Amino acid sequence: MKAFAELYARLDATTSSNAKLAAMRDYFREAPAEDAAWAVYFLAGGRPRQLVPTRLLRDTATRAAGLPDWLFEESYQAVGDLAETISLLLPESHHTSDDGLAVWMQEKLLPLRGLPPEELAERLPPLWAQLDRPSLMLCLKLVTGAFRVGVSKLLVTRALAAVADIDPKRVAQRLVGYTDLSHRPSADSFQALIAPESDDEHAQRGGQPYPFFLAHPLQAEIERFAGLLGPPSDWLVEWKWDGIRAQLVKRDGRLWVWSRGEELVSERFPELERLADCLPDGSVLDGEIVAWKDGRVQPFALLQQRIGRKTLTAKVLEQAPAAVLAYDLLEWQGEDWRQRPLGERRACLEQVVARCSGDAAIQADLLDEHAAAVEHAVLMLSPLVEGTDWHDLARQREASRERGVEGMMLKARDSRYGVGRTKDVGVWWKWKIDPYSVDAVLIYAQRGHGRRASLYTDFTFAVWDGAPDDPERKLVPFAKAYSGLTDEEMRQVDAIVRRTTVEKFGPVRSVTPTLVFELGFEGIAASNRHKSGIAVRFPRMLRWRHDKPVEEADTLETLRALLP
Amino acid sequence: MDLVIARPEGLYCPPGDFYIDPWRPVERAVITHAHGDHARWGMGHYLAAAPSEGILRTRLGPDLPLQTLAYGESLDHNGVTLSFHPAGHVLGSAQVRLEYRGEVWVASGDYKVEPDGTCTPFEPVRCHCFISESTFGLPIYRWPTQASVFREINDWWRANAAVGRTSVLFCYALGKAQRILHGLDADIGPIVVHGAVEPLNRVYREAGVHLPDTLYAGDLAKNDPRLRQAIVLAPPSAGGSTWMRRFGDYSDAFASGWMMLRGTRRRRGVDRGFVLSDHADWPGLLWAIEQTGAERVMVTHGSVAVLVRYLCEQGLDAQAFDTEYGDEEEADLVARQESTEGDAG
Repeated sequence: MKAFAELYARLDATTSSNAKLAAMRDYFREAPAEDAAWAVYFLAGGRPRQLVPTRLLRDTATRAAGLPDWLFEESYQAVGDLAETISLLLPESHHTSDDGLAVWMQEKLLPLRGLPPEELAERLPPLWAQLDRPSLMLCLKLVTGAFRVGVSKLLVTRALAAVADIDPKRVAQRLVGYTDLSHRPSADSFQALIAPESDDEHAQRGGQPYPFFLAHPLQAEIERFAGLLGPPSDWLVEWKWDGIRAQLVKRDGRLWVWSRGEELVSERFPELERLADCLPDGSVLDGEIVAWKDGRVQPFALLQQRIGRKTLTAKVLEQAPAAVLAYDLLEWQGEDWRQRPLGERRACLEQVVARCSGDAAIQADLLDEHAAAVEHAVLMLSPLVEGTDWHDLARQREASRERGVEGMMLKARDSRYGVGRTKDVGVWWKWKIDPYSVDAVLIYAQRGHGRRASLYTDFTFAVWDGAPDDPERKLVPFAKAYSGLTDEEMRQVDAIVRRTTVEKFGPVRSVTPTLVFELGFEGIAASNRHKSGIAVRFPRMLRWRHDKPVEEADTLETLRALLP
Repeated sequence: MDLVIARPEGLYCPPGDFYIDPWRPVERAVITHAHGDHARWGMGHYLAAAPSEGILRTRLGPDLPLQTLAYGESLDHNGVTLSFHPAGHVLGSAQVRLEYRGEVWVASGDYKVEPDGTCTPFEPVRCHCFISESTFGLPIYRWPTQASVFREINDWWRANAAVGRTSVLFCYALGKAQRILHGLDADIGPIVVHGAVEPLNRVYREAGVHLPDTLYAGDLAKNDPRLRQAIVLAPPSAGGSTWMRRFGDYSDAFASGWMMLRGTRRRRGVDRGFVLSDHADWPGLLWAIEQTGAERVMVTHGSVAVLVRYLCEQGLDAQAFDTEYGDEEEADLVARQESTEGDAG
C-alpha cells in the first residue's frame, strides 16, 4: 500500500505527462506483479462495486475521530472529498502496514462487501489504524470509488509498453476489458499485459473487443471545409447518433456486447442476444445502441431509463426497445480488419448486416418508406448521407434535430481503425450541431469538489416563469451546471456569491439574483420530476453575460418552445 | 462589564478608550503584531510590544508615533492595566492583557502554540474572557511537526539542486520566510531572497534571530550558475510575474497551513505544498483556550461559527466578534480579487 501511495503522491504532484510516465514506469518495474495488477486496474479507471455504504463509512469515521456529526459535515464541506476528510480527521497512525496493494484489496478490503453494518463498524477502525495518512487517504479512495489521479488510460498504456518494450497498441488491446467488474486483477493478468508478443495472441482473445477508435470535434467555418478536408467524396458521412457506442463481438458461438467504457453490457440488452444466431463466428461490429421505435431513433433519455434498471421488465423492453446501428466492421472471419481502409470495411459490413436481416440491406433511414418494415430489426446499417458538396451537407445537417441526431460524422474513406483518439492512421470527425442555448440566472451556489473545494462553483440556474411585464413572475430553477468558466471567472463568481448570499441551507447558498449566464445544453425533454417541467442534458456555461441584466434573462416559454 | 466590544472601527476597550488592531483610523491603537491586516496606517498613537518595533517602523515608517512595552511590562491607561504577552506568531507578536476592576480580558491577535526559534513562544495568560482567532478552526487542520516539514523542504531542495534546477518557495514575507530560513540546511546551496523579504530579514537579524546568509535576488545576474543550486524565497505575489523569468528551469512550492488540503494545493498550481503555518491548528486553538481558564471566549476571523458552536457544546460561553482581519495567504489563495468579505464558510 505504501509503494502505491508513493506513486499516487508522485502523480499528484505534477502536471507533466513525462513525469507521470516516469513515475508509473518506476512503479511497474519495482512492484510485485500482484500489486502492479491492481495498480493498473485503478489507474486505468477500474472501480470495484461499493465496498462499504458511504453513510456507514462516515458514521464510523466520525465516531473514531470523536467528533459530533455536524463538525464532520463542516469539515467535509471544507475539504470536498470524503476520503480525504476522513484521513484528516482520524487519529494519526505512525507505523504503516507493509502489506502490498494486492493483500489490502483481496484480504482486507474486498471481503468487507456485504458484511452487516455492526461488523463493518467493528472492522474498519483497526484497518485504518494500520495506515499512515497518505496510505489511509488512498485506501479510503479505493473504498469510496473516488480514486482519480489525472492519468489517462493512454498514459498507463504507454508506461506498460515501455516496461514491456512492446508496441503500445498491443498493450491497449490487452487492456481492453481489464477494468470490467467481472475481471479480478492478478499477478498473471499483469504478466499477460507486459508479456512479449506472441503469434497465438489473436487466437486467445476470447470475447475481447478492440480498443475503440474515437472522433475529434470539427470546428471550422463551412467555407474552409474543402480546403481542410478535400471533396466530400473522400469521406463517408453518417448521422451522429445519440446512443451508446458499442462493439458486438461474436466468437466461439457466443455474443458479447461491450460499451465504450469497455464494460460488458450484454445482459442489459437481451434483445441483441438473437444476433448470436445470424452473425458468423469471428466477426466484430462497431456501432451505436439506440432506442428505436416507430421507425425512428428515440431520445437518449428513453434509453437512459433502462440503463439504470437492475431488472428489465417486459414493459421496459417494450417502451424502449434497443437496436444497433452498425457503422464499422473490425473483424471478419476471425481476421483483424482494422488496418483495411474504411471503404472496404463498410462494403463488407453492408453484406453482413444484409445477411443478418435476411433481406436487402436495411438502412435505418427515417425517410425510408420501408421504415415500418424495420420495426423489429435489432441490427441496421447506419446510413450514409450523400451530398453534392459541403454546403449541401451543411444544409442537410440543419435537419439533425428533427431526425433526433446530434449532427454528422465524417470518416475518411481510406482511414484505418485507430486506437482511442489517434490521428496517425486516418481521422474521424464529429461535426455536431450547435447546442441549444438560453440566458439563465444564477440563484443557488454550492461549493465544488476536488480542485474546486471551498470555492462556490456548482450552480443552479433559473429562468422567468412569465414575461417581463408580469409583475408577479418568479425565477424557476431548471438546470445545474458547473463547467465552462475559466479559473479567473470562477474566482470572480465565488466572490460575488459570498457577497450576495441571502441564506445558507447546509452547503448551499441562495444569492440575490445578479448574474446571467448563457447556458448551453445538448437535449431537452419534458419532465414531471422537475419543478420547471423540463429536463436538459449536459448543461454547461457557455459564457458570462456581463451585458445582460437579470430582467432580460430568458423565460420558461423560451425553453418550452425548444421541446421536441 | 465587557472590556472589549466590536465597533465599526475595530475592537474597542470602552473604559480605556482605545482600540486593538483597528481597521479604520482612530486616536489610540494597540497593535498585536505587524501583519498588514492588524497594523494599519493612520492611527494617532500606536502602542505595541517592544520586539515588534523594528518591523512596524520598516513597514509603516520610521517616524511612526509608536510607544512600546516589553513583554510582561504593564501600563495604566484610564484605569485599565494593559500588558503584552508573547503570541508566538511572528517576531514581536503579542497577546494584549487588559485588567479593569478585577476583570481580565486577553486579546490574542494571531497566535501559534508551537515554538519556532524565530520569536518568543506563546505563553498562556489566565483570564476571564479570551479573544481568539479561528483561522484554522476545523479539526482537519492538525499540523505535522516542524521538524518533518523542514525535512521535506530540505529534501525537495536537495533533489532539485542535484539536477541543477532552482527551487522557488513561495511564502509570506514577514514571519513565514524567516521561519523557513531558520529551518533550512544552508549546506545544500545558496539561499536567495526576493526584495520583499530582504528588509524583514535585516530586522530579524538585528533582533538577534539566527538566520543563514542570504543573497538578494536583485544582485544576481539572470544566468548566474549559483541559481541552479539555490532555493529562492519569494512572496506569493511574485508567482506568475515577470520577476520569475530570471529562473530558467525551476520547481515551485508553497508553504502555508492551507496546503493541508489537496484541493487548495492543486488550485495553487505549484509542484509542492508544504504545511507550515504561523497560526494555531485545531488542537492548538483548543489547548490555548483551555490554558487561559477563560469561561467566556470571543471568536474572531476564520471558522468563527464552527469554533463558537464547538466551544458552546463544551460548556463555554462563546460568541462571535465581527472583524475585518483576514489571512494574507488565504486572501491570496482563494480570493485574489477585491472581495471585501472574508471566508465566512
